[in-house]
Amino acid sequence: MAKRVVLCAAAVLLVIAAAYASFFIAPEERTMGDLQRIFYFHVSCAWAGLTAFLIGFASNLLYVWKRNEKYDWLGVTCAEVGVAFTTIVLISGPIWAKPAWGIYWTWDARLTSTFVLWLLYISYLLLRTLVEEPNRRALLSALFGIFAFIDVPIVFGAIRWWRTQHPAPVIMGGPNSGLAPGMRPTFYFAVLAMHLFMWFLISERYALEKLRGDVEVLRREAETS
Amino acid sequence: MGLLSNAAALLGKEVRTEFRSRELLSTTIVFVLIVVVLFSFTFDPTTNESHRFGPGLLWLAFLFAASLMLQPCFLREQTNDTLSALRLAVSDPFAIFLAKIGANTLFLLLTELLMLPVFAALFNVNFRGQLPGILLTFLLGSLGISTAGTALAAISAQARMRELLLPLLLLPLLAPILVASTEVTVGLMSADPVMQWKGIGFLAVFDVVFLTALWLFGEYLLEE
Amino acid sequence: MASPAECKVGLRFEKVDKRYGTVYALRNLTLTIAPGECVALAGRNGSGKTTLLRIAANLTRPTRGSLSFSESTENQNPHTGFVAHATMVYDELTAEENLLFFAKLLGVTKRKERVAELLFEVGLGERKDSLVRTFSRGMRQRVAIARALLANPSLLLFDEPATGLDPEATTWLIGRLRTLRDSGCTIVMSLHGESEVARLATRAVRLEAGSVVADTRAGTTFQSVLSFTGG
Repeated sequence: MAKRVVLCAAAVLLVIAAAYASFFIAPEERTMGDLQRIFYFHVSCAWAGLTAFLIGFASNLLYVWKRNEKYDWLGVTCAEVGVAFTTIVLISGPIWAKPAWGIYWTWDARLTSTFVLWLLYISYLLLRTLVEEPNRRALLSALFGIFAFIDVPIVFGAIRWWRTQHPAPVIMGGPNSGLAPGMRPTFYFAVLAMHLFMWFLISERYALEKLRGDVEVLRREAETS
Repeated sequence: MGLLSNAAALLGKEVRTEFRSRELLSTTIVFVLIVVVLFSFTFDPTTNESHRFGPGLLWLAFLFAASLMLQPCFLREQTNDTLSALRLAVSDPFAIFLAKIGANTLFLLLTELLMLPVFAALFNVNFRGQLPGILLTFLLGSLGISTAGTALAAISAQARMRELLLPLLLLPLLAPILVASTEVTVGLMSADPVMQWKGIGFLAVFDVVFLTALWLFGEYLLEE
Repeated sequence: MASPAECKVGLRFEKVDKRYGTVYALRNLTLTIAPGECVALAGRNGSGKTTLLRIAANLTRPTRGSLSFSESTENQNPHTGFVAHATMVYDELTAEENLLFFAKLLGVTKRKERVAELLFEVGLGERKDSLVRTFSRGMRQRVAIARALLANPSLLLFDEPATGLDPEATTWLIGRLRTLRDSGCTIVMSLHGESEVARLATRAVRLEAGSVVADTRAGTTFQSVLSFTGG
């Protein structure tokens, strides 16, 4: 219990610190001014989401191999946490785009790919609601999770190529061309903070899933005795 | 008895069965036609616009048609539990997938080839001379759609709401196919035709990646 | 007549659990079947007979525990023949096409002759060019049995084999099973109580709630193992 409180406190504090840093410590960006500061938040959430999906991918593989239900719990946990972070990315992108370009959405390569990524994992979660038997659900969603994840690089690559054919405004073009040295410490700190927060969310959600699993075992034993 | 001969035998049966009734092919072709006609109401079909929007809408129609056409491939095997018979008879379960992917690719290709002249006529598109390129795009695109689609059909056949689930799972997964196929087709059908090998590359990569994934994980898709 | 099975297959279920959600189809099932045994599997509906057969056919994995096979074989891969509740044949193909197709997959040599032979044996010689869709339940069962026998199985798994068969076909089936049993094929068949088919068995085992509750090997009589199976 104490560990959970410490993790929670550390994650929250670090995120607050990163927010402070992005507003008051990071240097002002030349062309966009203060508007650019959302970048620290937007990009670090994107990375945390991808990390969550990567861990989910590994646990999907492990489930298919070992068939231990813990990997199924971790799989659904990472998918949900990943979707949460990806949702933030999809919302913060337009929040930046509106004042910068006057429009909410520009079909920018990274954001569009993120949208497809989001749809893929929403489908994963929907699939889970449509299979009742737990072992079947675990196996089928693990397999779909594997297919979804291996598609991700191809999605990002193809959409980026598509965008080079039809150039359009790039959301947060700045980071594309590299990060100014003065911004790097804040950026990496924000990434670290978001990953810690991701870890906190994963462990809480996993604990919930484990609780559900334990209830199932108890129910099973009650029914058969 | 080996992987390829099993797959060939199964493919032969799938094709023979379909050509006996032709129900899958006929419904798919009519569906694509309907979608293309309906799409044409959504933009001004002058030549310029057709060149820009036409190929994308054509591929979108193929994708929608495929997500419906692919459903029976495993649902049919559930009626009399013939899937179990296949699993018992075949030495490598991948043969079952290879055969179904082959059959589905063939049916999709036939649909596309039949639609091509119709599309050219309806939208005033000239593609003569670019036929090899278009055929290659159709082939690689259909192979990708069939590979991912057959895998996901095996998944959705075991879930509820399977009619809606397959498109739901398949369409986001096929985003790269849609993007790449459309771009290559646009290039081939434009006034100044150009072959975009990078797009072909994406299609090929998709096909290889998913065929490999199915080879590695296919048997688990068929588990009970 | 077909040549007898050339290798003998034994099965060993070791503490097998099969769970679907909270329901146990099989619970801590331990059972060893010797090569060449003809086992009658008795039990109520839902006692686990079908699940046991499907695990033996390698169509399902145990949730816990293991199933191992022992084979004393000189050359080939032992084949398993499986007849289930579902017919496992294609409605849109003819009887002959179905059998030829499965024979091809199984790598049966001299396919055409073998299929013709089997079709004649099960009494469907005249209907070989009819679509299975047009067949009665009994006729479909006969096609299913023919399909199971195609590759000279060393292990035969039957889920209620005489379902839908008329007395004539049942007599044929009993004769066929007797020949197979005598030639060393291992047979496991699930039954509903005492019947003529059950009399072929060299051993009877009763399942209840997914576990073995009676076994003639342990000295119980056939009659008491097979009766009280209800509906």
